[in-house]
Amino acid sequence: MEDLVNSFMKGPDEKGRFGIFGGRFVSETLMPLILALEEEYEHAKTDKSFWDEMDFLWKHYVGRPSPLYHADRLSERLGGAKIYLKRDELNHTGAHKINNVLGQIILARRMGKTRIIAETGAGQHGVATATVCAKFGLKCVVYMGAHDVERQAPNVFRMKLLGAEVVPVTSGRGTLKDAMNDALRDWVTNVHDTFYCIGTVAGPHPYPAMVRDFQSIIGKEAKEQIMEAEGRLPDTLIAAIGGGSNAMGLFYPFLDDKEVQIIGVEAGGKGVNDKMEHCASLTGGRPGVLHGNRTYLLQDDDGQILEGFSISAGLDYPGIGPEHAWLNDIGRAEYVAITDKEALSAFQLCCETEGIIPALEPSHALAHVVKIAPDLPKDHVIIMNMCGRGDKDIFTVAKHLGVNMSGQD
Amino acid sequence: MTRIDTKFAQLAEQGKKAFVAYIMAGDPDEARSLELMRGMPQAGVDVIELGLPFTDPMADGETIQLAGQRALDVGMTLDKTLNMVREFRKDDDTTPIVLMGYYNPIYSRGVDTFLVQAKEAGIDGLIIVDLPPEEDDELCIPAQNAGLNFIRLATPTTDDKRLPKVLTNTSGFVYYVSITGITGAAAAQAVDVAPEVARIKAKTDLPVIVGFGIRTPETSRDIASVADGCVVGSAIVSEMASGKPISEVLAFIKSLADGAHSA
Repeated sequence: MEDLVNSFMKGPDEKGRFGIFGGRFVSETLMPLILALEEEYEHAKTDKSFWDEMDFLWKHYVGRPSPLYHADRLSERLGGAKIYLKRDELNHTGAHKINNVLGQIILARRMGKTRIIAETGAGQHGVATATVCAKFGLKCVVYMGAHDVERQAPNVFRMKLLGAEVVPVTSGRGTLKDAMNDALRDWVTNVHDTFYCIGTVAGPHPYPAMVRDFQSIIGKEAKEQIMEAEGRLPDTLIAAIGGGSNAMGLFYPFLDDKEVQIIGVEAGGKGVNDKMEHCASLTGGRPGVLHGNRTYLLQDDDGQILEGFSISAGLDYPGIGPEHAWLNDIGRAEYVAITDKEALSAFQLCCETEGIIPALEPSHALAHVVKIAPDLPKDHVIIMNMCGRGDKDIFTVAKHLGVNMSGQD
Repeated sequence: MTRIDTKFAQLAEQGKKAFVAYIMAGDPDEARSLELMRGMPQAGVDVIELGLPFTDPMADGETIQLAGQRALDVGMTLDKTLNMVREFRKDDDTTPIVLMGYYNPIYSRGVDTFLVQAKEAGIDGLIIVDLPPEEDDELCIPAQNAGLNFIRLATPTTDDKRLPKVLTNTSGFVYYVSITGITGAAAAQAVDVAPEVARIKAKTDLPVIVGFGIRTPETSRDIASVADGCVVGSAIVSEMASGKPISEVLAFIKSLADGAHSA
């Protein structure tokens, strides 16, 4: 009984709150829609046929379970902790995003919605949404900041091949935050046939909880796999955070295992400084309300939202999922920031030692592993979420390494 | 009784419809938006909606987004917006002012501090787009307790089951959003709006004012004729954006107000 009372896994409450964070800060036009979605999801959650369909597609379409891989050369190189990588970069479409998209699209189909909209930063969520829409024959419109369209060209082309319409968003600075604004504007206009497939554990309730539940397959598998490999729970979990869905997916099933240390890694950009050239909402922000939820936000003294800065388009968001904000405040998880430079160096190390080209997002998580692993004992088990592969990032990395990839001498 | 309640009581007595006009505080700068605001009562505006600029106006179309951006670019803040109201009140103590915007700048200031400052400056009501009835504890109830009206939006998606919830804790007037969409988008049709207004009026004694999609004196008249009045925002903001002299913008506002008042 006492354990239940003290559980960290009970949130959100009936108002969609994790402590003071979360909630439903949306316009009246959208309110009936998110209530209908909540009802549908509450029903689906306990409906065996829903999860049977998910399990089938996870296995046969996504390729789950993803391996939990002992990165022995990397562990040896760092000379300390024993490092495992949860290989969600091996999923169909190359990242964890599809875990959640499948769940939301199945819900959309149950609700009779025929048009799917999504926002995307790095393009991974957009590609996953376009993919599942193609599979089910649904119309798909993806909002993507104009700046991201430019720096993630391969993913833009992928989405188009998959039949999606990609809308470049020019408002604001043209990044993920602005794409989310425009997706919300689309939704408020096309309420009858459209389902908004949010890519992270943010937005109005029930999205943060729903996306977490769909991504929790990562942590559930990791828990079973580490028990099989080590016969015990890990000492430390590490994952990168933009909005925070891959991290929430890994962390959630371990929240009540209090001996497991949980670390989220935010994008420190050029460094968490006064100039706000970073995306570390928890490290450098304060609570505010944006995109339907209360959470930590990068904002000025007057409550105006600031644009983040990161080498990684997938982390370039001024907010963070509300459950992370809560876990931070109650101290169950700790959050650190890693700079672009540190992430790039971890990216290269991973390529060289493990033959795995990581996305820039998990490269941030890896950079923190690189920082702490050398000082830890050899029996200290770390699980890091390798949430995406780096194919999409090679152009960005080449540019930063001074390599010309234009194909011309 | 707030200035809003008094104004609607007067209009009802005269058998007149209300004309509500929206402008963005600080667009294109503080001085010119104050000049525009000061001319509005004379142009026939019954209630002024003053937009509080925000970086991420999720329910607004491009016209109002850009107006907010222009205001922020010249350094508009919550304090300066409140100052505009204080300046306006030096010459006009009767025209109701509704502050319209998003929650974060207010939350950032602190709700209690904000309410004291807003009341003292001479604001009469609030329309906060991202605070539905589910979040009434945040600002709606404290605002009513502080003597400010909290004006709620009802929309085409607010069905009969939900309507009572939206009307509870609403005061001043009900703002009916004529379309599903963002500001400045599709044109509102009186034939669609009339039954919706009737549906709301069956459930409340508050005036029902219709906004979104009204751009011309004709639509202003048509929509006002099936409601207690109408709101125009983007069309006025567009006139300002085109760089017209304020006298011309006020002449346009007057044509819209005449439309509504002829209904």
